[in-house]
Amino acid sequence: MEIGLAHYLTVAAILFTLGIFGIFLNRKNVIIILMSIELMLLAVNINLVAFSAHLDDLTGQIFAMLVLTVAAAEAAIGLAILVVYFRNRGSIAVDDINLMKG
Amino acid sequence: MIVATIAFYIFAGVAIAAGFMVIAARNPVHSVLFLILAFFNAAGLFVLMGAEFLAMILIIVYVGAVAVLFLFVVMMLDIDFAELREGFLQYMPIGALIGLIVLLELLLVAGTWTLAPEVASLAASPIPPMAEVTNAEAIGQVMYTQYVYFFQAAGMVLLVAMIGAIVLTLRKKPDAQRQSIPDQVARTAETAIEIKKVEPGQGL
Repeated sequence: MEIGLAHYLTVAAILFTLGIFGIFLNRKNVIIILMSIELMLLAVNINLVAFSAHLDDLTGQIFAMLVLTVAAAEAAIGLAILVVYFRNRGSIAVDDINLMKG
Repeated sequence: MIVATIAFYIFAGVAIAAGFMVIAARNPVHSVLFLILAFFNAAGLFVLMGAEFLAMILIIVYVGAVAVLFLFVVMMLDIDFAELREGFLQYMPIGALIGLIVLLELLLVAGTWTLAPEVASLAASPIPPMAEVTNAEAIGQVMYTQYVYFFQAAGMVLLVAMIGAIVLTLRKKPDAQRQSIPDQVARTAETAIEIKKVEPGQGL
C-alpha cells in the first residue's frame, strides 16, 4: 500500500490530540503541559512537511523551520518562568498560579 | 517501496506510542525521555518525506537543546510529583471528551477536503529534483532570498527569548563581591593611599 498524504495527516492528527489530552489530563503539572505543547507543535510540523512533500513546494519546510524556532524560544521562556515561580513559591502546582498577582 | 511502507508504520507507531507515554508516564523524567523518542521517530518520518535537513534540525534542536533543558529543569527542581498527580483521573472524562471531539473534527476535515486541480502549478518555490540539488541547498536557496526577513525575525525571536530567560532567572545576591567600575574610576590618589611621616627610630 502506497503511503500518501492522508497517512501523515492521520499521524499528525493523533499526535495533536494526544497533546490536547495531555494538557487536560495533567492539569497540575506545568512541565507535562509544556511537553504537551511541544507535542502539538511537532504535529503541526509534520502537517507542514507532509503538505510540502505532497505539493512539491518548499515553503512548507521553511514554515516548519520557523515553527521550530518559535517552539525552542517558547520552551526556554516557559522553563525560565517555571524556575522563577518555583523559587518564589516552592511548588509548580498550576492551581496556585492564579494567586500570583502584582 | 515495501521498505518505505514498513518504515512509515514503525516510525508512526512508535511516535504515537511515545507521545501517549509522554502524557501517561508517572515519572516526569520518563516523560522527557519518551518525548525524545517521539522526536526521533518524527525525524524518521521527515526523512521518509524527503525533508532530511529538517529531520536533522529537529534532532539537533529538540533532542540536543530543548529536551535536555526539560531534563535539567525536572531534575533541578525538588518537586513532589506524587502530589501533583492527585486528581489525575478526575480530569480524565473531560479530557477524553475534548480529545475525542478534536480527533473527530480532524477526521471529518480529513475526510471531506480535496486539493484544487490547479494547485500543482501554484507552488511558490517548487522543490528542485533531488539528484541535482540537495534538500539543505534547496532550503537555503529559498530561505536566504525569498524569506530572508522571516529568517531575520526568527533570529530576533531567539535573541529576545535568550535575553528574557537570562533576565528572569538571574539572581542578585546581596553578599556577592562585584566589580564596580564607577567606584574604581572615581578613586583618586588621596582616597587610595595615606602618606605618613615616619620619624627615624620610631614605629608608626
